[in-house]
Amino acid sequence: MKKKYGIAVVVAALLGSLSVAVTGTAANAASSCKAGGLPTLATGTITIGTDDPAYSPWFDNNKPADGKGFESAIAYAVAKQLGYPASKVKWVKAAFNTVIQPGKKAFDFDINEVSITPERAKAVDFSSGYYDVAQALVTTTKSKIAKAKSIADLTNSKLGAAVGTTSYLTITNIIKPKAKPSVFDTNDIATQSLINGQIDGLVLDLPTAFYVSAAALKNGLIIGQFAPKAGSEQFGLVLGKGSALTSCISTAVDALRANGTLKRLAATWLGNTAGAPVLK
Amino acid sequence: MSYKPSALRLQREAARRRVSRHSTLVALISTLAIGAVLSIVVSGAPGFKLVRESFFNAHYARTAFPNVLSGLWLNLRVMILAEIFVLIFGLLIALARTSKSAILYPLRLLATIYTDIFRGLPLLLVLLLVGLGIPGLQLSWLPNSAVVLGTISLILTYSAYVAEVIRAGIEAVNPAQRMAGRALGLTQTQTQRVVILPQALRKVTPPLLNDLVSLQKDSGLISVLGAIDAIRAAGIETAQSFNFTPYLVAGALFVALTIPLTRFTDWLTRKQDRARVQQGQW
Repeated sequence: MKKKYGIAVVVAALLGSLSVAVTGTAANAASSCKAGGLPTLATGTITIGTDDPAYSPWFDNNKPADGKGFESAIAYAVAKQLGYPASKVKWVKAAFNTVIQPGKKAFDFDINEVSITPERAKAVDFSSGYYDVAQALVTTTKSKIAKAKSIADLTNSKLGAAVGTTSYLTITNIIKPKAKPSVFDTNDIATQSLINGQIDGLVLDLPTAFYVSAAALKNGLIIGQFAPKAGSEQFGLVLGKGSALTSCISTAVDALRANGTLKRLAATWLGNTAGAPVLK
Repeated sequence: MSYKPSALRLQREAARRRVSRHSTLVALISTLAIGAVLSIVVSGAPGFKLVRESFFNAHYARTAFPNVLSGLWLNLRVMILAEIFVLIFGLLIALARTSKSAILYPLRLLATIYTDIFRGLPLLLVLLLVGLGIPGLQLSWLPNSAVVLGTISLILTYSAYVAEVIRAGIEAVNPAQRMAGRALGLTQTQTQRVVILPQALRKVTPPLLNDLVSLQKDSGLISVLGAIDAIRAAGIETAQSFNFTPYLVAGALFVALTIPLTRFTDWLTRKQDRARVQQGQW
């Protein structure tokens, strides 16, 4: 049973690489991605992982399976593109550390706002990016940085971010405040710390920043976003290193980008995030 | 006339040497065999290369080391400050709990309630309640630094543990000692100070140091409040590279930190045992 399955993978991979070699285009690689028949964990269904709790606006009410929220919608769109209808999608809980650990994963792919970096790509496989993300700084109207207009105004502030995020790197590499940043396990604790005035500001990805400043804070305020070059930071789906599904899933994401689905879903679930000024 | 061991004795000693040689050999062979089996099983595992790459990567160990070390400096300061206060408060609470006079009953009651609550509450909860609850009051004269509040939480929790250990020591001193002290004309306080406590503390030194070692490791939990200690520094490095080696670096540093204290505990216990044997207490 297991052996047959292994041979099937090898054959599929060979066919895939052969067609790429012959025609030289990635589009034809999709021909090996048989609709609904990929070498997934459980044949016939696709298993998708995300963290618990799954936060808004990426998910809705911590229910990944309801198809609401940007990443839930993306996950179902990718599954559909691969030939798996919603009824063939299974969700599993996957904490961040289990996503990045070596070895077998409990999911076919994981969707959890993971930024693609070359260094991370040495440990796991990433699909093509499904969302271009920018980092933003949130604070409250009571904070001493509420009137900050530039990165220079933030030099003397105490900032926070959640561990495992590129938001932390935005503090240390771009803002470079004098005080050591605070690093929290979750955005919830970080937000409480901001409410308490233990930190002056909190760096989050832009959609989460909009959500936190509107829903979680009473006097929430977005100071601005840190504008990287377009596409310099992207969220990608995470797969086990060397997964047989990576190229098929990337092809599916690319197709969704090309036909405008990604843009449409972002507009539906993340709303307009253009309102934040760019900090320099 | 010089002493000549009997033939029987020589025979007995030879037999003893033979047995000892034999058991050394057996121990050596079994250690080697188990080591070989373990290394074959581990290194033969299908994921071994991957695990070695993600947990024992020299490159990431080197790049993470400076940050983890500076995080450890925070752990060190927190644990030393906390240990001092824990010993003081633990002793005071234990004295309150073991007091006998009727007038001190409210104190006794308070001490009992305190140890009940703080021994039962998980440290993580205390950290969140103190670390996020106190600043939530928005009183400007209260501290709101994560490090200060984290250290206070550690002191609150560990004082309860240490108080119970010291109380056990005080209660283990034979009541006759107290009576003897009183009979010699010492006051209640003097008896406590020069007769009871020295004996009590000597009895509980090993478990006490055990609690302090545990405190050293738990000092890392203050990172939930945002402070960057050794573990959190390692976590930050891991999140950037998806490589777990930095955690191992932090682990090694913690072990290096606790080994001196555990060795000291062992040494102290042995010294006490020897002293007791000499005093003929055994």
